Amino acid sequence: MGWWGVPLAIAAGTLRGSAPFLFVSLGECLTEKSGKINLGLEGTLLTGAMSAYAISYLTNSPWLGVLVAGCAGMLLGIIHAWLCQQPKVNDVAVGIAMIIFGSGIAFFFGKPFIQPIAPQLPAIALGGWSSSPQIQSALKICPLFLIGVAIAPLMQWFFASTRWGLYIRAVGDAPEAAKAMGISTSRVRWLCIVAGSFLAGIGGAYLSLYYPGSWTERISSGQGLMAVALVIFARWQPMQCLYAALLFGGAQAIGPALQSVGIDSYYYLFNASPYILTLLIMILTCSPKRTLTGAPGALGKS
Amino acid sequence: MSINKPFPLKRRQVIRGILATTAFGATTKFGTGCTPASQSQASSNTEDKPIVMGFIYVGPKDDFGYNQAHAEGKQGLAKLTWLKSVEEANVPETTAVEETMRNMIEEEGATVLFPTSFGYFDPHILKIAQEYPEVQFFHCGGLYQEGKHPKNVGSYFGYIDEAQYVAGIVAAHTSKTGKLGFIGAKPIPQVLRNINSFNLGARSVNPKITTQAIFTGDWALPVKEAEAANSMADQDIDVITCHVDSPKVVMETAERRGIFCSGYHANQAQLAPRGYLTGAEWNWVQVYSSYAEMIRAGKTLMNGGIPHLVRGGLKDGFLKMSSYGEAVSAEAKKDADAVKEKFMAGNMTIYRAGLKDNTGKIVVPSKDFTQTAIELEKMNWLAEGVIGRVAS
Amino acid sequence: MPNTYTWRGKLEAVCIPLAAILFSLLLFGVFCAAVGANPIAVYGAIYQAAFGRWQSFQNALIRAAPLMLSSLCTALPARLGLVIIGNEGAIVVGGLGAVAIALALSTNVPPLGSQVAMAVAGIVCGGVWIGIVGALRHYRGVNETISSLLMNYIAIALLNHLVGGPMRDPSSLNKPSSYPIPDVNMLGDLPGTRIHFGLIYGLIACAIAYFLIQRTTFGMAARIAGGNVRAAKLAGLPVGKLTLAICFLAGSCAGLAGMVEVAAVHGRANESLNANYGYSSILVAFIARNNPLAAILVAILLGGILTSGGILQRRLELPDATILVFQGIVFLVVLFSESLYGKLGVFQEKFDGNDRIGLVGSTASDRSGNVAG
Repeated sequence: MGWWGVPLAIAAGTLRGSAPFLFVSLGECLTEKSGKINLGLEGTLLTGAMSAYAISYLTNSPWLGVLVAGCAGMLLGIIHAWLCQQPKVNDVAVGIAMIIFGSGIAFFFGKPFIQPIAPQLPAIALGGWSSSPQIQSALKICPLFLIGVAIAPLMQWFFASTRWGLYIRAVGDAPEAAKAMGISTSRVRWLCIVAGSFLAGIGGAYLSLYYPGSWTERISSGQGLMAVALVIFARWQPMQCLYAALLFGGAQAIGPALQSVGIDSYYYLFNASPYILTLLIMILTCSPKRTLTGAPGALGKS
Repeated sequence: MSINKPFPLKRRQVIRGILATTAFGATTKFGTGCTPASQSQASSNTEDKPIVMGFIYVGPKDDFGYNQAHAEGKQGLAKLTWLKSVEEANVPETTAVEETMRNMIEEEGATVLFPTSFGYFDPHILKIAQEYPEVQFFHCGGLYQEGKHPKNVGSYFGYIDEAQYVAGIVAAHTSKTGKLGFIGAKPIPQVLRNINSFNLGARSVNPKITTQAIFTGDWALPVKEAEAANSMADQDIDVITCHVDSPKVVMETAERRGIFCSGYHANQAQLAPRGYLTGAEWNWVQVYSSYAEMIRAGKTLMNGGIPHLVRGGLKDGFLKMSSYGEAVSAEAKKDADAVKEKFMAGNMTIYRAGLKDNTGKIVVPSKDFTQTAIELEKMNWLAEGVIGRVAS
Repeated sequence: MPNTYTWRGKLEAVCIPLAAILFSLLLFGVFCAAVGANPIAVYGAIYQAAFGRWQSFQNALIRAAPLMLSSLCTALPARLGLVIIGNEGAIVVGGLGAVAIALALSTNVPPLGSQVAMAVAGIVCGGVWIGIVGALRHYRGVNETISSLLMNYIAIALLNHLVGGPMRDPSSLNKPSSYPIPDVNMLGDLPGTRIHFGLIYGLIACAIAYFLIQRTTFGMAARIAGGNVRAAKLAGLPVGKLTLAICFLAGSCAGLAGMVEVAAVHGRANESLNANYGYSSILVAFIARNNPLAAILVAILLGGILTSGGILQRRLELPDATILVFQGIVFLVVLFSESLYGKLGVFQEKFDGNDRIGLVGSTASDRSGNVAG
C-alpha cells in the first residue's frame, strides 16, 4: 500500500476511534449547557465499558450491553447530580472524586470479565465496492458511530429550536431568569447531568464492544477527560463537538500509521500529536476578548 | 461585628486531620481481634511455621499477559503446604513498591520476595535489600553484578526469544505475503531480542521475509496497539505478534482483520480461534518451584546455595510453546518441532557470527553468541530483515 | 461557612468531619460486606497499615510528601479563579530539569550546591511550564483547564522521548532512563526516619504559600482578582502580571515535587516520574478548599488511605481496585459534608419566647450565636 496507507489509516482511525470522544463530549455538552460541569466522565466511561462487556458476555447481546452501559452511566450521573445539587459543594472536586470512584467500581467488578470474550457490536461494511481489503476494513463502520453522528445535529437543533432546549439554555445562561419563568433549575440540571452520563456510558460501551473491542483496565486512554476539554474547544456547539471528536479520532492513528511506512523517529511526539494539534488550534483561534463565547453564563458558579 | 481570628487555620480542617487518625483507632479498638502488629521474622524458620513468599506485580493479575503469567506461576506453588505466598498487584515502580516490600517483610513475615517488574530493581530492590540482609530478593529480569549488588539479591529470567524463534518459523510457513509484523512497547533489549529472534526464525525458512516493527511507546496502550495492528494489516502484513504487557487487544484485532497471530506471555488461543498459530509462553511455575525446593533445602543466595543469576530456555522448562493452532500446516509443525528438539538438546544457536543489523553493520563479529552472552542482554540493534528503528 | 464564634459552631466544625469519615468507613464496610469481606477485619487492616505503627505512619508521610507540593499547583491559581490541572506535567518537566542540571554539574560542585541547583532547576522548569498556561490564558484567552491538561500529555511525551533518546543512559537497558545523578547529590532521609527530605520541602512550601496568599499584599491582590476580575482591573491591579506570577509559583511547587522525586527516590529521570500524583493532588487541593495548610493534613489523610491498599490485597484477598473505591467513597462523603454546615438543627442556636421580649432593648452582642435562618 505504501504511502497511501497513511491517509487511509487516518481516515480509518477517524471512523473507528472518534465515537467515544463523540459520545462523551456530546454528553458533557448537554450537561454544561445547563450550567453544570461534570468532570467525572472518565469514571463513567470505564464503568460503561465494563458493564457493556459484562452484560454482552452474560446475555450474548451486545446491544443490551450498550443499553446497560448507558444505565450504569445514569446511575453514576445520579450520584453526581445529587451531590452537586447540595449547596456549597464544589462541582469540579466532585467530578474528580467520581473519576476515582467510577474507576474503582469498574475495575473491581470487571475483574471476572477480563478473561472471557464477549460478543462484539456488528459492523456495517461500507467498503464492499472495493476489492482492496484495506479499504474494506477502513470503511467498516459501527452503527453506534452513526447514531452518534446523528445525535450531534439533532442536539444542535434541539438547543436552538425546541422549548426544552430553550429551558436548558436558560437555566445554563441565566438561572435567575429561568426561575422567574417558572422553570425548575434543579430538575433541568438533574436531567441534563443524568442524560449526559447516559451518553458517556454508551461511549464507554463502544470502547469495549467495538474498538479496541476488549475489556482491560487500561482500555481508556483518557477519552473521558479529553472529551471535557473537547467541549470547551468546540465552544459548546454539538456540531463542533462532532468535528473535534473526528479530529481527535483521526489524530490517534497518526503515530502507528507513520511508523508502518517507515517514519519511526520521534514516535512519542507523533503519538502526542492530537494534543499538540488541539493546543495549536486553540492558540490560533482564541482571543482574550472572545474567550468564552458560547459559554453558558452559569457555568462555574454553583 | 468584628471578626477576630486568633487562630488562622480553619479549625475544621485541623480537626478533620486529627480525627481521621483517631477515628481509625477508635473503630479498631472495638474488639476487632485484628492481627497484632507483626514481629519481624526475617530469620530462620522452624518446621511448623510456613515459609512466606511475597509476589509483587506491576499491573493487574488478570491481564492475559505478563503479570498473569507470574500470577499463574505463584498459583502453581499453592499445593506446597510448607509454603505460604502473598501477592500484591498494580504496584507502581515508585516508593510504593518499597512500601509494599517492607510491609510484606514486616507484617506478613516474608523471607523471600519476588518483585516481578524490571523497573523495581534500581533503586528500590537494592535499597530495601540493604535494609533487610536476611531476606532474599529474586528479581525478574535484572542483571545481578557480583560485588556491586547486595548478596541477598538474585535475578532470574527466561530466554523467551528461543520460543519466539520457533514462532517465527511457524509464521514464515504460514505467511502468504512474506511480511510479518511485531508490535513492541519500547525498544529495550528484552523486546529487541524477541523481534530479532522472531525475524531470524522466519528467515531460516524464507530468507526474503521481512518483519515490520512498530513501537507503541508504553506497556499498555490498547488503542495504539489496535491502531498498530490495523495499520500493519493495511500494509499487507499477515502474521503479527507482540511484546506488550497484555497481548489481548493485538490478538483480537488480528482475528478481526482476518490475519494470523502468534501469542506471547500466556496462551491467548481462545481469543483468536482461527488465526492463532502458536505462542511463546512463560512457564514460571517451573522456576518458582525449583527456587522453592532450594530454599526448603536451606540453600540461600547468601550462603551461595542459590546462584545469583538464573537463566533458562526451552531446555530448562522456563518457557513453553502454545499448542499449534488449526491454521498451522504439517510442514510448519515438522520444521518447528525439529528446531525445538535442537533447543532442548542445547544444540541451537540463534545469533551466529557474521549477523548484520538492518543498517548493514555486523553486530556479531567473530564468534557465535550463546544465549548467555552478555552482549545479548544489552542489545540495541535490529537484525537484517526487520523494518524499523531503535532510537526514538 | 462554619460558624466558629459560638461553642455550637465549634462543635459543628468537629462533629461534621468526624461524622463524614465515620460514615464513609461505614459505607465502605457495607460495600465490603456486600462483596464478601468481613468489614471489621477491613477496618483493622486499614488502621494497622495506615496509622497503627510508627512504620505505617511513616509510609503515609512518604506518600503525602509529593502530594502536598503538587497540590499547590492547583490550590494557588484557584485563588485567582483559575482551574489548573497541569500538576502532572509540571512534575515531569521539573524532574527533567533537575536531572539535566545535576548531570551537567556532576561532582564538580559540593553536594549542597548541586541540590540547590536541582531545586532551582525544578522550580524554574515547572514554573515556566505552568507559566505558559497562564500566559496563554491571559494573552490569548485560552481556557487554562484545557491547556494545562494538554500540556500534561505533551510533557509526558517529551519525557518519554528524551529518556528514550537523547538523554538515554545506554546501561539502563530494559528501563530507559537518563544517566543517574551522583549518589552524593541525592536528598537524604530525615534523621531517624525513612522519610526523605521532600517532606520538609512540602511543609515549608505549603507554609510559605499560605503566608503569601493570606498575609501579603500580593496574595490580597490575587484574591481580589480571583473574586472579580473587572473590579480588580478597575482598582488598578495588574491582573496579567498576577496571573503569570501565580501560575509560575504554582508550577514551581509542582516542579519542585518533580525534583524531589528524582533526587530523593529515583536518582534519575524515567517513566516512573509520571506516577499519577496528578489527580490525587488536585483532589487534595479541592478538599482542602485551596488552603495550603489544610492541604498538608488532607495529603496525610490521603497518604494513609493509599498505604492501606496493600494490606487489603494481601490479608483479605480483595482486588487492588478496592482502594480506589475506598478513596472515592471517602472523598465523595467528605465533599458532601461541606453542605451540612448550618443545616443541622442541633448546632443552631435556638430562640425561645424570652428572647423576643428582650429584642427591642438589646444589642446584637447580648445574644450569643448566629441568627437562625
